[in-house]
Amino acid sequence: MNRLLWIILILIGLVAPFFVYPVFMMKLLCFALFASAFNVLLGYSGLLSFGHAAFFGGASYITGHLVKVSGLTPELGVLGGTVFAALLGYIIGSLAIRRQGIYFAMVTLALAQIVYFIALKAPFTGGEDGLQGIPRGNLFGLIDLNQSYTVGGSPLPLNLYYFVFALFCLGFWIIHRTIHSPFGQVLKAIRENEPRAVSLGYKVERFKLIAFVISAALAGMAGSMKSLVFQLASLTDVSWHTSGEVVLMTLLGGVGTVLGPLVGAFTVVTLQSELSSVGSWITVIIGITFVICVLLFRRGFVGELGRLLKKSL
Amino acid sequence: MELSFQTVMSQVMLGLNNGVFYAILSLGLAVIFGLLNIVNFAHGALYMLGAYVALLGFTSLGPLIGMPDFHLNYWAALIVAPLVVGAVGIVIEKTMLSRLYKFDHLYGLLLTFGLALIIQGVFTNFFNVSGDPYEAKPDVLSGAVNLGFMMFPKYRLWVIVISLLVCFGTWYVIERTKLGSFLRAGTENPELVKAFGVNVPLMITLTYGYGVALAAFAGVLAAPIYSVSPVMGSEMIITVFAVVVIGGMGSIMGSIVTGLLLGMVEGFTKVVYAPASSTVIFLIMVIVLLVKPAGLFGRES
Repeated sequence: MNRLLWIILILIGLVAPFFVYPVFMMKLLCFALFASAFNVLLGYSGLLSFGHAAFFGGASYITGHLVKVSGLTPELGVLGGTVFAALLGYIIGSLAIRRQGIYFAMVTLALAQIVYFIALKAPFTGGEDGLQGIPRGNLFGLIDLNQSYTVGGSPLPLNLYYFVFALFCLGFWIIHRTIHSPFGQVLKAIRENEPRAVSLGYKVERFKLIAFVISAALAGMAGSMKSLVFQLASLTDVSWHTSGEVVLMTLLGGVGTVLGPLVGAFTVVTLQSELSSVGSWITVIIGITFVICVLLFRRGFVGELGRLLKKSL
Repeated sequence: MELSFQTVMSQVMLGLNNGVFYAILSLGLAVIFGLLNIVNFAHGALYMLGAYVALLGFTSLGPLIGMPDFHLNYWAALIVAPLVVGAVGIVIEKTMLSRLYKFDHLYGLLLTFGLALIIQGVFTNFFNVSGDPYEAKPDVLSGAVNLGFMMFPKYRLWVIVISLLVCFGTWYVIERTKLGSFLRAGTENPELVKAFGVNVPLMITLTYGYGVALAAFAGVLAAPIYSVSPVMGSEMIITVFAVVVIGGMGSIMGSIVTGLLLGMVEGFTKVVYAPASSTVIFLIMVIVLLVKPAGLFGRES
């Protein structure tokens, strides 16, 4: 049953660009990976990071710079962004895990703000304009990611789409393996009862830090993908709004569920594109969604569904 | 670079001016956190709301109620804005926050984050992000005053003095009076206080109302100095969070002192190395996390 579900999802992902606007699909994949990475922390370790935009946006700047200025191929650009996010995650993570609970959220928010200031002021980030016109380049120096194929009258950037889809599957697989490993079980134990995990002899700090680094690295990978898709790395990507958005996606879909972040990302990205005509009212709508979600269904869509079906999704 | 005593002092005084805002806001956060165990993310938005009550009371309220000559003046705004925002806070607490006390504290943070987005979003739609000037500064407070070592704007001096009075007044009430003793007892053990016949839910509601009223008060004080803009709160709240992490929310006096000191450090940085002044508080936070993770005045539970 479970295997069948995965096969169906992969098939949907493979044929999606023929039915749905591919850029929308790619945006969705980027944010779905971002939210899934975030969920490793909030859902499986009980740590609420309010600064995940630093990894997402930071990596998108690094990838943009590597590809545009240093002329690296896109896969190396993504690798560079991901490694950068992992290192940044190590630094921010080792500081943030010194405080618990609500302070953890505030520390990550404040540290991410330093990254925001750097992105605003550093010479290579383009300040308010961001990095524009990031080339997509040739994958492994061979496959042109800009090439589109005309299917049924409309040009589809299939090379780029399948590259992004492959990266998403890789990232999601890593998350899946992490959560369902003995390591993931220890994370859950820490989430449920930290003192008990300590008394069982686990080095709680180290587990939290590793989870933080994994989460940051994959959030960074999502950001790198995003900078190739939109050919843009901007201040919005590193701002606290983005940090808040990823919290909302995870919460809305279902904290601590495997599929929740996908559903949440789908909901929020759809909301944003459907309601793009209302302009800045979108912030208000996101805010209202937050409030309703916290007040009425804290388990999120998938969590509530799982409760109805009495099954862990 | 020549560091004259006067340049340093003038920046430190201007820094102290920012510091009193940090102090009032982090004090409000600490009071709310003490009793509700919630970090009020909407604090910045309500600070902004306070400034807008003053601004709109001055410019738009008169025409709205059919009396074009009526302007809510500055002194009235200092009273009205906290009352309005306090009332908004009470409604928020009664209708939303009170449902969340039995769940994880993080939900309170998330709820107030959503509220902050709503309030900020609404104002962004109606007002210019770059801000509007508030021109109702009373004449008594314009001009400069000679402090002996420097000339200092009279209005800023007033802001420092009144803010310190409000901060230490709040400290006195909480730490030294009977009412405050209920509050402190409620922080320690709400069940026990309930057993003594104190209406704890009412106390919680009023505490939240008072905390956000303080934020609105700061907003009115800030209105004549900075331009009133929809994003003034979100810029402020992140810095105040860093202040709170540095000081720890366990102590009222701690949050006041930390706020004042950090404001001055920020001002001092402006003289020494200006580009670092916007990040210096965050860097201090990093150092404090490394050296004394519980915060300067914190008691880690």
